[in-house]
Amino acid sequence: MSKIAIIGAGPAGIESASMLARSHEVLLFEKSSTALSNILDKAYLFPDFSSATDIADSLNSKLINENIKLMLNTEVVDIVRNDSEWKIVDKSGKNYFVDAVLITTGYQTFDATRKEELGYGIYKGVVTSIDMERMIKYNQIVNSINESPKRVVFLQCVGSRDEKSGNRYCSKVCCVTAVKQAIEVRKMLPDAEIYIFYMDLRMWGQHFEELYRESQEKYDIRYVRGRISEASSTFDRKIQIKAEDTLLGVPLKMTTDLLVLMVGMEASAGTKSLGCKCGIEGEYGFIKTATPHLCDNETSEKGLFVAGSCKRPMTINDVINDARSAACLISEYLR
Amino acid sequence: MMNYFSPFVLPFVLGTFVLLGICVFKYIRWYMSFDRVQRSKVKKNILSLKFLPAIWEAILECLFHRKVFRRNLVLGYMHSSIAFGWFLLILVGAIEAEVCIHGSKPFWVAIFYRFFVHEHPTTTSVVFANIMDALLLVVLSGVMLAVIKMVYSKIVGMRRVTKHVLFDRFAKFSLWFIFPLRLLAESYTAAYYGNGGFMTQALGNLFAPIYHEYVEMAFWTMYSICLAVFFVSMPFSRYMHIFTEVFLIFFRRMGVTEGDEKTGYTMYELSACSRCGICIDNCPMDKQLGVQGVQSVYLLRDVRYKRGTEEVANQCLMCQRCSSDCPVGLDLMTIRRQVRTKESALDASGNYSYADNIQAFNSVGRVLYFGGCMSHLTPGITESMIKIFEAVDQNYWYMDKNRTICCGRPLLQQGFLKQAKDLRLKNQSMIIKSKAKLLVTSCPICYQSFTKEYNLPIKVMHHTEYIAGLIKSGRLKLRKDDLKVVYHDPCELGRGCGIYNEPREVLKSVSTLVKAKYEKEKSLCCGFNLGSTVLTMEQQTKVRDAAVESLMDKNPDLIATACPMCKKAFNHATTLQVKDVAEIVAENII
Repeated sequence: MSKIAIIGAGPAGIESASMLARSHEVLLFEKSSTALSNILDKAYLFPDFSSATDIADSLNSKLINENIKLMLNTEVVDIVRNDSEWKIVDKSGKNYFVDAVLITTGYQTFDATRKEELGYGIYKGVVTSIDMERMIKYNQIVNSINESPKRVVFLQCVGSRDEKSGNRYCSKVCCVTAVKQAIEVRKMLPDAEIYIFYMDLRMWGQHFEELYRESQEKYDIRYVRGRISEASSTFDRKIQIKAEDTLLGVPLKMTTDLLVLMVGMEASAGTKSLGCKCGIEGEYGFIKTATPHLCDNETSEKGLFVAGSCKRPMTINDVINDARSAACLISEYLR
Repeated sequence: MMNYFSPFVLPFVLGTFVLLGICVFKYIRWYMSFDRVQRSKVKKNILSLKFLPAIWEAILECLFHRKVFRRNLVLGYMHSSIAFGWFLLILVGAIEAEVCIHGSKPFWVAIFYRFFVHEHPTTTSVVFANIMDALLLVVLSGVMLAVIKMVYSKIVGMRRVTKHVLFDRFAKFSLWFIFPLRLLAESYTAAYYGNGGFMTQALGNLFAPIYHEYVEMAFWTMYSICLAVFFVSMPFSRYMHIFTEVFLIFFRRMGVTEGDEKTGYTMYELSACSRCGICIDNCPMDKQLGVQGVQSVYLLRDVRYKRGTEEVANQCLMCQRCSSDCPVGLDLMTIRRQVRTKESALDASGNYSYADNIQAFNSVGRVLYFGGCMSHLTPGITESMIKIFEAVDQNYWYMDKNRTICCGRPLLQQGFLKQAKDLRLKNQSMIIKSKAKLLVTSCPICYQSFTKEYNLPIKVMHHTEYIAGLIKSGRLKLRKDDLKVVYHDPCELGRGCGIYNEPREVLKSVSTLVKAKYEKEKSLCCGFNLGSTVLTMEQQTKVRDAAVESLMDKNPDLIATACPMCKKAFNHATTLQVKDVAEIVAENII
């Protein structure tokens, strides 16, 4: 029975572990104290508003398998090839020897304090999409003085497609996430005004375009094409934003109770450091696969595989598919 | 009277007259094209005591090259051995001629003394011969260093040497040849007459078996021609700096400054540049980006030869690193701006019409606070300042809270002089109408503008100065935490306005201040200076990363700076926290 190390117990790690565990022994490393930490704060998933908790539960149940050894609080610091074997080194210096390695170290969200002009961390009324998801989940959408907001403004592309923050790429999931969150906010706050400021809306997936149309027709979400240049606080602790409506060609100022920053996806710290260590670091700290079309789960190193959002921004559906394909390839490799 | 004429002196005599003629002509013409302000300064101060320090400065800089010595000992020795050494050769030569020859004599005798005077050696003549030899040796060692520097510049502590135009190289070689030829000529004469010093006589003794009158004449002729070639090419080459720097020092001491447009004073500045290339070494455009041919030395050369282009002038961050390095102290930034000057390329007349409606707030007893456009993009800084004002119960008027008017400096930097002036006038009238006594700004760009480009009747402070004052007077009580903080000197505040100590004093009272690799005048630009609009993002990031790296020398916990631009730049480059001095203070108010 071959041994496989999977690094990162997110959706990709768990899905591939559960598939590989049918005929192999899997060591599943996770640096934090809980699996699926990125999903736990999510309320509902686009495009069908299925419950994130349900998905997390069914993924978690896949971990109940005698061939999967889940190691929480175990941060992998190095992966070294030893002939046909791989040596995994954790932070405490302990070594594990395995036949194949799958990296599923995932993403982290853009640190919005880096865009200081948008006031995150300075004004209470400025939140990120992650905070918003939590507010929706616990049904507590409040402004800076704990009142129900009368106006909510979403701003797209915070830390994505942004040369100044060093991330030129599109994070792919934020457009539709804002549409989804706006609809959820509308459901909870029927009288609020809801705006989405965007550069262009990329409704690429199945049902996304329909959701976008529905948000305008049924939920009265208003869309403004333009980026917000700066946010400041008013005397009554609301947020004043300055932007340009690029369709009308006029500068505009608006006061809002909540400004929601749709933060992009970046390679997680673990992705960056392991990518560097193994020499498979790609653009922006994401991991580079062998070829983009036919070998998208393989790397330049034999026996070292990757899956999920450590490669590039991905939706959870794509992540799970990708994890499955990686599992197939690893099984084949070990045969 | 002895015959002190020989045909070989003709090139030298001719060359000297041509040199003096051209110089006098140029200097008078340049002075005539001073602008009104510059000329009134000269007229006002020409008979004042400002002359005395100018004389001292001219001796220190033009002869001893003090600033070059400060940069690198070998480089200083190289420059001053040639300049001061040659000066002494001429001076001691003249004294020697005066002491040893009685009666009238032509001026070239001092230069070609050994050729004309070779009577029986007396104690005086032996002493002089040895002194002159020693001086010649010093000059020759300088020339030797210059030759080595051409191929191995590290010997004088420079990464790069200036790439000179053909004509400059021609002048340089004629200068270098003067001294070996003088050595040969004097030695050859010594071979026959025995009138040399320790060096020329020793060399002369070797020549003695092959002495021939014609060869001696040939050496002296070559020496004279070489001098003539150098003299004639000097006013058109970089060596014009030799005389011009003296004039420049005097004008500067009289209070003459560079204006918006190129004038005769600019010509003095351009010609005072020796093209030493010290400005290239630490220029981020060269050091980090490898862009050559755009540094101040090249721009000044191009402008002097009327080939200055806006493309070259634009390739600059205006970080003033070169200005602080320049041994002649030229106003490099203003000259660059003159090339950038755009007559009417931008019609901004309607853009600021909203500013007409902004009312000045009666601020008697209040502090005026001007955040600046950039601080609006870093609200952490403005919020902290407000917190500090409130902590010390200081009434304030946040002048540009809602309707911002730019201070005008970014426009000025790009050469939009008229548009910048319009903005300045608008701000100025508001500031004066407010009747406040103190203006505090959070942006070093605005600070430099308010202090240098405005004519304000009230005191202007950067917030670091203001906070330092509050701490000193005991109005602001702070607790000290044990964070290790490194301070980054913003170009505009440090090199631009000379504020280095106040931010450090403030930081010392709230944290443990550690040193950066390059500090104060030597600090690196964050790469996002508004002086440049043509650099690409990649180039800016490279400059920024170098600056961040230089701050990491002592493993600080936090990077502090005092400029919103630097803060924004660094924020995207490091996982360390980057904070403004005001923010750290606001967090530590008791």
